Amino acid sequence: MTEAIRLKAKDYKSGVKPIWCPGCGHFSVFNAITKAMAALGINKDDTVMVSGIGCSSRLPAYVDSYGFHGVHGRGLAIAQGLKVARPDLTVLAMGGDGDGFSIGGNHFIHACRRNVDMTYIAMDNEVYGMTKGQASPTTPMDWDHSKLTPHGPGVRPFKPAALALASGAPWIARAYSGNPNQMAKLIAEAIEFRGFSFLHVMSQCITFCPEQTDWKSIVHEREEPALSDADEAAKLFLHEDGFQTGLLYSEQRSTWPPDSAVQIEEGAVDQLAAAFRV
Amino acid sequence: MAPTLLTGNVAAAWGARLARVDYVPAFPITPQTEIIETLGAWVDSGDMPGRMVTLESEHSMLTAAGAAAATGVRVFSATSSQGLLHAMEMIYTVAGWRAPFVLVNVSRGLASPITLEADHNDVLAARDSGFLQIHCADCQEVVDGVLLAYRLAEDPAVRLPVMVNLDGFYLSFTREPVNLPDPAEVAQFLQPFDPGAIRFAASAPESQAVAVLGGSPYSYFRYETHLAAQNAVSVYGDIAGEFRERFGRERGAVEAYQTEDAEVVFFMMGSFATKAREAVDRLREAGQRVGLLRPRLLRPYPADIIAGALEGVSGVAVIDQNLSVGQGGVLHTELSAALYGREGAPAVLTSFIGGLGGREISPEEFYQMAAVTRQAVETGVTPPPRLLYTETELREIRKLQSVALVERDETSPRGGAGKPPGEEDKQ
Ligand SMILES: Cc1ncc(C[n+]2csc(CCOP(=O)(O)OP(=O)(O)O)c2C)c(N)n1
Ligand code: SF4
Ligand SMILES: [Mg+2]
Repeated sequence: MTEAIRLKAKDYKSGVKPIWCPGCGHFSVFNAITKAMAALGINKDDTVMVSGIGCSSRLPAYVDSYGFHGVHGRGLAIAQGLKVARPDLTVLAMGGDGDGFSIGGNHFIHACRRNVDMTYIAMDNEVYGMTKGQASPTTPMDWDHSKLTPHGPGVRPFKPAALALASGAPWIARAYSGNPNQMAKLIAEAIEFRGFSFLHVMSQCITFCPEQTDWKSIVHEREEPALSDADEAAKLFLHEDGFQTGLLYSEQRSTWPPDSAVQIEEGAVDQLAAAFRV
Repeated sequence: MAPTLLTGNVAAAWGARLARVDYVPAFPITPQTEIIETLGAWVDSGDMPGRMVTLESEHSMLTAAGAAAATGVRVFSATSSQGLLHAMEMIYTVAGWRAPFVLVNVSRGLASPITLEADHNDVLAARDSGFLQIHCADCQEVVDGVLLAYRLAEDPAVRLPVMVNLDGFYLSFTREPVNLPDPAEVAQFLQPFDPGAIRFAASAPESQAVAVLGGSPYSYFRYETHLAAQNAVSVYGDIAGEFRERFGRERGAVEAYQTEDAEVVFFMMGSFATKAREAVDRLREAGQRVGLLRPRLLRPYPADIIAGALEGVSGVAVIDQNLSVGQGGVLHTELSAALYGREGAPAVLTSFIGGLGGREISPEEFYQMAAVTRQAVETGVTPPPRLLYTETELREIRKLQSVALVERDETSPRGGAGKPPGEEDKQ
């Protein structure tokens, strides 16, 4: 189905006013998503945004598409179920570093492994923003701004890209909230990629981690083409500084479920419904 | 000591501090976060010895709490709502370990839809687990409740984890004057935890909870847990008596307010019961013999104490700030079961569902519930259960629904009728 009129980015906004602090990085993820949708000319009615709980997870309400606000950490489980049941839909899951790597960490690694054809955007601000600033699994060891961990969490942070690679994700990219154009381009590529595409977004929490404004001077765009060899990518992800943006790794792998398994025969659902009718 | 103004959350933290806890596994959730942040600051400043560890979810938090308690140290933790549900597997499991510790729950309604405000479906989801439950109506009760909970949990005749419940927002974020008990007095009341046989002893390795059992031994141990919980009724009575003598505050298994000569009694839990108390005063001024009965102890269920307090009462208005979907109010169901067949039990139990998701219960609604219950007593006809909901609220919801319907019709190419996908192409 194509739409008669080409929609602009703003046409993909629901008009609901985002409940985010001014300067929150999540605004630019929102803008980049709508830009990518406009660039691809995506049909709103065939697109679903699924999230968990967190400031970041509010995003589906702001996009004029189908949306699902789940429970904390479960966005990916919902999104995979949806995509497997309705392979015709474009499914994007999104949420925070807490949602995706703490309470929902298990779903993240298994989603990477399963390789359902969908996109996952982790909006990483290295903090639990919504509950007012506690350390997450990506918080630096010595971040000492939380009353819960006044001397820093003291635990090595995850490297989400390395984790995704080790778990089998075939497409891994990184974006930065300060560069929405690059992010929009990456989101469009992620949607077009056939398989589980993982976009790690460094999305600053201006309220609880104001020091993240320094990211501006630290991020650097990858100039080389994306790696397509997992061994090389492993080396990169273990040794990089975590601030390299762009498409970092991409390799075509068979998706799940295999195509044949999800074909529903014409009339099959009606027959089934008839069989169960009482 | 002069009273201090404390939120319910800080009162809960004070409970843990005064109890001299050794270990606090933590994970934040609104409206509980202030409890663990307060404890974190005290641990950091050295005001509180002990160790605090942040976990990656409530499931791990409860597991850590149970495991630590099973080594014989004093453990405190806190959660709320979705967090309690997320931990539910471990709630049952650690209760079966008979590992005594205290878990504060800050009540908040459950998804879906999502709310941040209080009702009791979260804590009631744990009612069959083996955790005992103390319910608080004000911030003073929160501090006191935590101390009572440790005594109860650690009693050799009980040895079960205890939940202390306070209502989100209404207590968690509301400052009230609180008398903090003197630490030396508390140390007398709550001695160091003597774990008896449940400690990890050097050179005496022992495996815990490793067996998979058949039905017969399984029944034995489950029922043994139940008997231990039932012991807790009289143990609690003794502890509350000792508490009254030492600290001067009445903390019995139930609060009976103006029930002696009452014809009609409100029966409810939590902070909204303070509204009922107000309503009782107003109704008494108007010459009506009305009272309030509020269980502090919900698990174990103090059936005999409740039945005793209701003897001679004609009608009970049971107000449930919870909803057992497909059944009704949990308190109403349990009270009916406790009173059935007892001589002198009230003839009428009316059922009201109110305060879901933190919705207010107004004074007028209390007056109305008293009137409906009195009428039921007079006519002998008990009305069906009802939801406390005003016409204005209903009109407001209907308005919003019609706006949503119009929006859907205007914006969806498939139309508001929700045609199945594919239909639109066939036309
Ligand atoms: C089971 C459960 N536990 C805890 C919470 C409380 N909670 C809500 S959001 C959140 C963390 C949010 O952090 P993140 O996912 O990084 O999103 P951000 O707000 O930083 O965008 C937590 C712990 C919850 N909603 N559900
Ligand atoms: S708290 Fe942080 S993450 Fe949440 S809206 Fe504010 S800036 Fe964004
Ligand atoms: Mg975050």
